[in-house]
Amino acid sequence: MEITMTVNGAEYTRDVEPRMLLIHFLRDELELTGSHWGCDTSNCGACVIWLDGAPLKSCTALAAMAGGRDIRTVEGLERDGELDVVQQGFIACHGLQCGFCTPGMMMTARWLLDRIPDPADAEIREAISGQICRCTGYENIVRSVRWAAAHSRGAAGPDGSGAHEVTV
Amino acid sequence: MTAVQEQGTPMGYGSMRRKEDARFVRGKGLYIDDVRLRGMLHGAVLRSPYAHARILSVDVTAAEAHPKVRAVITGETLLDRGMAWMPTLSGDQQAVLATDKVRFQGQEVAFVVADDRYAARDALELIDVEYEPLPAVMDARRALDDGAPLIRDDLAGRQPGPAGNHVFDWDAGDAARTEEIFARADVTIAEDLLYPRVHPAPLETCGAVADFDTISGKLTMWSTSQAPHAHRLLYSLAAGIPEHKIRVISPDIGGGFGNKVPIYPGYLCAVIGSIICGRPVKWVEDRSENLMSTSFARDYHMHGEIAATRDGKILAVRVHVLADHGAFNGAAQPTKFPAGFFGVFTGSYDLEAAYCHVTGVYTNKAPGGVAYSCSFRITEAVYLVERMVDMLAFELDADPAELRMKNLLRPDQFPYTCATGWVYDSGDYARTLQLALDKAGYAELRREQAASRERGELMGIGISFFTEAVGAGPRKHMDILGLGMADGCELRVHPTGSAVLRISVQTQGQGHETTFAQIVAEELGISPDDIDVVHGDTDQTPFGLGTYGSRSTPVSGAAAAVVARRVREKARIVAAAMLEVSADDLDWEKGRWFVRGDPDHGRTIAEIALAAHSDLDLPEGAEGHLDASCVYNPPNLTYPCGAYICVVDVDPGTGKVSVRRFVAVDDCGVRINPMIVEGQIHGGLADGVGMALMEVIAFDAGGNCLGGSFMDYLLPTAEECPSWELGETVTPSPHHPIGAKGVGESATVGSPPAVVNAVMDALRPFGVRHADMPLTPAQVWCAIQGRPLRTDLAIT
Amino acid sequence: MQVPSHVEYERATSVEHALELLARFGPESRVLAGGHSLIPMMKLRLAQPETLIDINGISGLSRIAMEGDELRIGALVRHAQLLDSALAGEHFPVLHDAERVIADPIVRNWGTIGGSLCQADPSEDLSAVFGAIRATAVIQGRDGARAVPVREFHLGPYETVVAPDELLTELRVPIRPGGGSAYEKVARRVGDWSVAAAGAVIWLDPASGTPTVSEAGIGLAAVGAGHFVAEEAEDFLRGQPVSDEMFARAGQIAAEHCTPSADQRGPADYKRHLTGELTTRALRRAAARACGQEA
Repeated sequence: MEITMTVNGAEYTRDVEPRMLLIHFLRDELELTGSHWGCDTSNCGACVIWLDGAPLKSCTALAAMAGGRDIRTVEGLERDGELDVVQQGFIACHGLQCGFCTPGMMMTARWLLDRIPDPADAEIREAISGQICRCTGYENIVRSVRWAAAHSRGAAGPDGSGAHEVTV
Repeated sequence: MTAVQEQGTPMGYGSMRRKEDARFVRGKGLYIDDVRLRGMLHGAVLRSPYAHARILSVDVTAAEAHPKVRAVITGETLLDRGMAWMPTLSGDQQAVLATDKVRFQGQEVAFVVADDRYAARDALELIDVEYEPLPAVMDARRALDDGAPLIRDDLAGRQPGPAGNHVFDWDAGDAARTEEIFARADVTIAEDLLYPRVHPAPLETCGAVADFDTISGKLTMWSTSQAPHAHRLLYSLAAGIPEHKIRVISPDIGGGFGNKVPIYPGYLCAVIGSIICGRPVKWVEDRSENLMSTSFARDYHMHGEIAATRDGKILAVRVHVLADHGAFNGAAQPTKFPAGFFGVFTGSYDLEAAYCHVTGVYTNKAPGGVAYSCSFRITEAVYLVERMVDMLAFELDADPAELRMKNLLRPDQFPYTCATGWVYDSGDYARTLQLALDKAGYAELRREQAASRERGELMGIGISFFTEAVGAGPRKHMDILGLGMADGCELRVHPTGSAVLRISVQTQGQGHETTFAQIVAEELGISPDDIDVVHGDTDQTPFGLGTYGSRSTPVSGAAAAVVARRVREKARIVAAAMLEVSADDLDWEKGRWFVRGDPDHGRTIAEIALAAHSDLDLPEGAEGHLDASCVYNPPNLTYPCGAYICVVDVDPGTGKVSVRRFVAVDDCGVRINPMIVEGQIHGGLADGVGMALMEVIAFDAGGNCLGGSFMDYLLPTAEECPSWELGETVTPSPHHPIGAKGVGESATVGSPPAVVNAVMDALRPFGVRHADMPLTPAQVWCAIQGRPLRTDLAIT
Repeated sequence: MQVPSHVEYERATSVEHALELLARFGPESRVLAGGHSLIPMMKLRLAQPETLIDINGISGLSRIAMEGDELRIGALVRHAQLLDSALAGEHFPVLHDAERVIADPIVRNWGTIGGSLCQADPSEDLSAVFGAIRATAVIQGRDGARAVPVREFHLGPYETVVAPDELLTELRVPIRPGGGSAYEKVARRVGDWSVAAAGAVIWLDPASGTPTVSEAGIGLAAVGAGHFVAEEAEDFLRGQPVSDEMFARAGQIAAEHCTPSADQRGPADYKRHLTGELTTRALRRAAARACGQEA
């Protein structure tokens, strides 16, 4: 079947099987391999992307379900050559090691900060509780999100363009 | 003995941000399933539903008729090519695709190659396998029974009977002397402890893309490998391809933790698929395949004993272990150590004697016995001794901190030869433990606990003190499949002064691209940004045994320092020629050789590098260019240590455990990048909470794996983990070039006993002395009832 | 990664359209809402429907509203939406208690209330909650709608009264003043299914000196309670004075009448113990809330 969706602002149309999982559509059809998969049972969260503005485990949705809808992936976090403040936070606070869970974690973190600009640690931990990280013990992920929150406050614009630069 | 510092001075550049992160935060890492080659096909493995069964027939007709299927490979196909069996890391053989029998649930039976992954999966359902189920050995404690079914009839000379499923016996220490001490000790305690079967479960499963060039006969093997050079040899042995015709590429790896040390049948199936189809073949496990068929860890049934005087002087420790190795002995550890480094079960204490005996058995479970961040079975060893010490405190009604403090090795005893012969390099244990006690506010915690007990609350405080032996290892003693565990390293400084370092170890998240650049930067005085670290490609890097057992820093990190020092000495000769003085008259300051007594008169590494590549006249024997290589053969292991304190609250009505606090003071010698070191520790602590409270792979009597998905094999989330409180002492390793010790596994090794000790401490009012991991709510409640569960079996 | 077998996909634009599609594609078709139960089952090939009928585009099924003295919750309401609903929380804190411990925040964004009930997993928290608060399920067929009490909704594990050509559209909960409710769950880990869980709703008779229980509802998940409720304990409580002792006895009765089975979450006796413990705790909290002592 033919499916059209908007991904990171661009519209894509592909002819795929109705059973194709959304994660495979993104990775295999659009070659957006930043979103990963780590389990088959919606437990690990490596595949978290946004569907119509809310995080979704994209291994648990068919591409067909996303037809006509709006997707944002990790590749869409960076805007105009500037890293999102969440990406900057993960670098600054060593919020990643192997990097495999990182895209999903950052998508959830971005969503959390859009809803709660200054979350408590417990709120951060709850927000990422459906996502597994085997490397960081979560501590530095929590710190990264806090860093991003702190560096978003006082940002010049609503897009966080006033956030501090991180050299990468 | 080098003085201990509470806040060690890290090497230059310290907690610099990681070079790797720029690609990872943008989603631009290249993991195995991201590899996409022209014409690539997809493979899928058909697996056994039975734990033990004879294969009567395999009918692939319908699968082969599927329009998108390119090949169906069975054990018969492989027998024809002499590839039905492959060597394991422990010198056993393992079936690539079963020919005679299946020996564990999830074993590989057939392999389909198809145009896409969906079609490959569909075709598996078209393969018809006829099985004759056989009785299975699912309880390791029954493996050596008289009537136990014989699992490994593929091995010559095996007969049903008590020895039929025996793998090895191994012991260490002095049995007679230990017995003598036990006979006269005031206090002796014995307990059965199970370190259950767990799984490394990296978030990225294992996989490969095999690309066999039919014209050149060269195999390019993209795979999730922690040890690319060792894998090249294994592929050569298993597939009969000459080693120079194999290139192993390990791209970005989504976590390893030991899981990616062995090679797996699926990798070889991808190789065969590529040879048969003449196109690249990708195979990536799903999560159930990962949990059910690739290497597990632990599965040690231990009978521990400890002997002490009435006033708490520990005299001896003894342990008998039944080690469940699954259906094939795939344990990843040095050849001469069938039980890994379990011999350091003497722990951090000055014992008069110790003895251990380990019996390995086959069962109808997945093969393996890998290091899941365990430094070759040290996790089991530390768990044993730290639980036994706590039980001794329980029996003596002693404070577990004081009891440990009384028995810890003293700084003046190093280098210390333990009762089983390991030579601990350095440490100031009492200082490390005291710092942890201070950080935790131990005395106050005990007061709080006393008050909470009055109210009927169950608060527990658990301590563990661990010593690890990491950085395998000296070639004389340590090899894997005959390959000595030394690591090569090459450094080349380009004419403009930037450099490329080629290492044999393989990062899986540890940040080698950053820390190895830091080591060289420190030695040569150039910026780490100007040093490119190349790894993960056997055509691009020198030989070495890979990353596991916390060996990257102790072995390859040492190699990087040594090779940089060689380059520095070469630079000295060039600088001397440039400055027209004798090399002996030059002094070094970071980044620059200068004339002794005339600091303005010198040359930087960049200037020297350019000159080294120029027409400058060099003295006799100097070849020009600025590069060096080395092979580092460690003189000894390094012995990091740490003191951990865990505080838990147990809900008496439900048995639910919450980890309230966790204090971890680690001493891993000199820290190269403290930010990365702390990250490593954080991850290991979460591992420990997971193993102590929720992770287990149990089996039912019918042979079914009960931990085959992330719904059943539970990993800790951010909500089960407290905010870790870290501290450090720094006792440099006296034999490592920069004084560093390994740290990757310290926290995984040290934290489980701290958590279990804390829970047992909480349950003290009920008189509970021990219950096996994982301490799920059910297990804690059952322990309170006085009948803890056997966690390796199905709960009935 | 595991992948579903071949399936056809249809989008329903209205309830009528969905019913028409269900009729056209017959019993081998399945309704697809959040997909968070169905798609994992399809990946594991435990479910192999021939056609999926995606109802996510149907408007009007995602509403949470008061109508008369009923709280109405559309079948397509997402878990996160119910958790965020002040209206639902005001009348039935048990809904918020339960939603906070169902799966994880990402799954809750997409998983639906109707999907949870129709999946009819024996461990489903919402089955216990809606059973406790005596909700009514509205089931739409081509010939019209029927209302079925949630206590009669489940026929057994993974089996409900919803026929293959019908659609669950709404849940309706009668509102009565003076009540309190709470949910207590023990899981091995955040996001895991319940080892055991109990939901309680309680109404107090304010007329007397010591308040007495005028009505109670107790729902149980994962412990083999008939229709996810503990009727014997409810019967016992009616007319009893509010006290910890009464709640403990009600818990004991609930424990006696459930039929848990052993699995890797725990042995049966532990689950039975938990049933009593959690029922007691839920009742205590529900009563405290009814008395305005706890939010």
